[in-house]
Amino acid sequence: MTPIHLGNNSDATSTSSKSSSNHTQDRNQWPHGFLPKEQFPAFIDLLNQSFDEVIGPRVDQGAIVYDAIRSASELPHGWTDVQSPGVYRLERKSSIDDSRTDHSCEEEYFGYNVGPHSWKKYLFPPLTTLMKSKKTTDGWQMEMTAEPIKRRVLLGVRACELAAIAIQDKVFLTSGTVDPIYQTRRNHLLIIAVNCTQAASTCFCTSMNSGPECRSGFDLAMTELSDGFLVEVGSDAGQTIFESLKLRTVTTDEIDRGRTRRARAVEQITKRMNTDGIRDRLLSQLENPHWNDIASRCLSCANCTMVCPTCFCSSVDEVHALTDDEIVRQRRWDSCFNVDISHLSGGPVRDTIRSRYRQWLTHKLATWIDQFDTSGCVGCGRCITWCPVGIDLTKEVATLCEESS
Amino acid sequence: MTIAPSLSPVPQQGSWQSHPAEIVSILEEIETVSTYRMRFRDPELARSYRFKAGQFNMLYVPGCGEVAISHSGPPDSDTGDFLHTIRVVGRVTEAIRALEVGETLGVRGPFGNPWPLETYRGRGFDVFLVAGGLGLAPLRPVVYQLLKERDHYGRIGLLIGARSPSMLLYSEEIRAWESSGIEIQRTVDRADQDWHGSVGTVPLLIDRLRGVRLDRTAMFVCGPEVMMHYSAQSAIRLGLDPSAIWVSMERNMQCGFGHCGHCQWGSLFLCKDGPVVRWDSAFSKMRVRDL
Amino acid sequence: MKSKPKIAIIKFASCDGCQLTLLDAEDELLAIADAVDLAHFAEASSRLDAGPYDVAIVEGSITTEEDRLRLLRLRQECRWMVTIGACATSGGIQALRNFADHEEFIRAVYATPETIHSLATSTPIASHVRVDFELRGCPVDKSQLLEVLSSLIAGHRPRTSTESVCQPCKRKGTVCVVVAQGIPCLGPITQSGCGSICPAFDRGCYGCFGPTVQPNMAGHSQGVLLPRMSERDAVNLLRGFNAAAPSFQQESVRLWQITQTRDSTR
Repeated sequence: MTPIHLGNNSDATSTSSKSSSNHTQDRNQWPHGFLPKEQFPAFIDLLNQSFDEVIGPRVDQGAIVYDAIRSASELPHGWTDVQSPGVYRLERKSSIDDSRTDHSCEEEYFGYNVGPHSWKKYLFPPLTTLMKSKKTTDGWQMEMTAEPIKRRVLLGVRACELAAIAIQDKVFLTSGTVDPIYQTRRNHLLIIAVNCTQAASTCFCTSMNSGPECRSGFDLAMTELSDGFLVEVGSDAGQTIFESLKLRTVTTDEIDRGRTRRARAVEQITKRMNTDGIRDRLLSQLENPHWNDIASRCLSCANCTMVCPTCFCSSVDEVHALTDDEIVRQRRWDSCFNVDISHLSGGPVRDTIRSRYRQWLTHKLATWIDQFDTSGCVGCGRCITWCPVGIDLTKEVATLCEESS
Repeated sequence: MTIAPSLSPVPQQGSWQSHPAEIVSILEEIETVSTYRMRFRDPELARSYRFKAGQFNMLYVPGCGEVAISHSGPPDSDTGDFLHTIRVVGRVTEAIRALEVGETLGVRGPFGNPWPLETYRGRGFDVFLVAGGLGLAPLRPVVYQLLKERDHYGRIGLLIGARSPSMLLYSEEIRAWESSGIEIQRTVDRADQDWHGSVGTVPLLIDRLRGVRLDRTAMFVCGPEVMMHYSAQSAIRLGLDPSAIWVSMERNMQCGFGHCGHCQWGSLFLCKDGPVVRWDSAFSKMRVRDL
Repeated sequence: MKSKPKIAIIKFASCDGCQLTLLDAEDELLAIADAVDLAHFAEASSRLDAGPYDVAIVEGSITTEEDRLRLLRLRQECRWMVTIGACATSGGIQALRNFADHEEFIRAVYATPETIHSLATSTPIASHVRVDFELRGCPVDKSQLLEVLSSLIAGHRPRTSTESVCQPCKRKGTVCVVVAQGIPCLGPITQSGCGSICPAFDRGCYGCFGPTVQPNMAGHSQGVLLPRMSERDAVNLLRGFNAAAPSFQQESVRLWQITQTRDSTR
């Protein structure tokens, strides 16, 4: 296969915003195809030839993380994970798969659940340079720094993660001010989504109406079967790639098997959060004594906000070079769990773990709706798994709100 | 490629780009408080820069950091100069204090919701400004504008509170305002032997107001949170509607455009949904401790 | 401080590792030497000028009466005092003596105990004199130290982040060792600054940078340590380089008492 050229337009906005808006209504008008497993490695090679970077899942540090993927052999084939509050364990798929699958013990490329990383790090980088100041004889000169453009593929994006990207789009692109770093990175992205065919005990996307099936916000979406992938197109760019792959059409049997696998994910989701009127229910509980109970367990360590795919707080640090008069302003992920975030000259506004946890939870599930017309939670369960003491927000919400009735 | 939702054609509301500005002059006001006259180095920017009363800038000392400071000068100066009245309270303000005339610092802005003068202008409204301590600084641009557009408003009052007579900001200028028809009342927490005025907190001045036209009065309050709280309570006791009372909130503003998350207060990003907030919206949040 | 600040680097009970961090900054050392007047830096130069100094950078803890008096004199001679490292900011590893009978230690260790004159405790500098800025770490982090020096040279009050070790850890992309591997880790209650090195090498954090501003010590023991190690091991983990940092100390004492109560009821 020869590399695909999607045109050199960095501003694909004009072409695809139209197609993506059509997408949700006329989903079935986009073509579907079948990519046999044997051809999958060549597909990854093609992506690598056509883009600067292919980011996808790989096994590292005892987990499935997102990193550059040079070939299909680097994908977590045959690996899965077992998750519960405060616990994540990597396992071989064959050791735990059950009989409900169409091919039990089948080794899959995407047979895992979301892990410690989120795609946020590629759009809203954890550390990034904003501006440079240089001292001259005529005072300070200041200029914004720009990063080189990288065309990236995000491979293996799940439905909850598509929802998370859509939420950060609202924060960084359409809330009044455009973040140029986010915008540039976002506009040079090809998103290949993967439908979940299993779920972790910490997943609750069905409660947040964000999954497990990918409905919009992707260029291509795949459902993994034992012998290949059902491939669905979601945008003009996806269409271009789809055409170059020259896939055969899918059979009814394949469609059925795909549906069965996707249904398995839905069945495996057991965690629930009642989101009916959650904004008002939570905001009526600001003085609930249960916040103190949570504060006795919460370490205010900020892990939940670091792994959250929608959390967007940041701070800017001054970085000096001693050797010259150049100062760089560097933005880093920050967290509402830090005492300093609400710093005022008279002291921090939120000076207790109670008030900081309350800020996080009520922002995520309630005031976020006022700000961005959407919940800030997509039900991915990362904050539950990666909380070192295993605090489960769905349980805390249930306790907080049950005491109101 | 997957495209981000269509980008609005509206101009960028805010950016991390700071622009070098020169300190043109420094006026020592009271202890630890000085007013800085600044001008952008870029002549085009100096010419085109505009702000509204109640808005703030992010002042930047490279190597030290940024601090949010309200405008304290006239909103429509033709000179391209703008003023900031700054109290030394932390690292960045200390670093600004160390700067001399002719030196440069970085400025981003203006940010934030201004005082809602446009809501009341030309409708015969009376406007009362209530200032506690350094809270007078963000209200001074309002005074300038009210004086400039005097005919568009009815009665104009300025109620000022300070810890002591020596802590009263802009005292000389206030005497000039008084003679141009603004009703001024002052109070101090602690009097000295030369003080003949009122002693007590600012809300007391509101309690004593007479002849307030309840359906034709707006009140802008700026000062410490507790002072704003009790001032608003006094105004409501007087009969003012909560929707006619406006306060200017202080939180940790960092980006200025609602991206960094620091200044959240309930559902508001005070850097862009504030700092000026209507009392009916502020009240419910102010009642919650550590919100 | 617009003219060259006169700086002294002074040591009390310590291993010199924090001073060495400065010598390690090879690329920046010349620039530093150029920007400041290094009046007293025994690790680097034989020039040992007497005070007064603009800034005293102090390493080490107070363990003898002689040092205590020397510190009081030094405080009189410097405008600014910056303490660097775990010894100076919390008493260091030598503060382990605070938990036991130091006379007994002396008798056990030294051939001629009568020649040893030391205090019963090892204490941080700030327990004795006013300190303007504390830089944590065992040893201090080079880039944090350079940030502090840059700030002092520019005449700004220094600032370092007070966030937990977890945050730089996650920004680096390190997978949580507590959650993914069940390794006990002090990261959630330890202040960042080290670059979150240990978890990146599959080890738990040792707390070299001391407690965060508001550490939830009991919650951490309950949720992170005790499900994965005994109280006794948790006591040992907390009694490291910052054993005498107040929140670490209180928690290790609390856990120790739990083991004692249990042993006595057995």
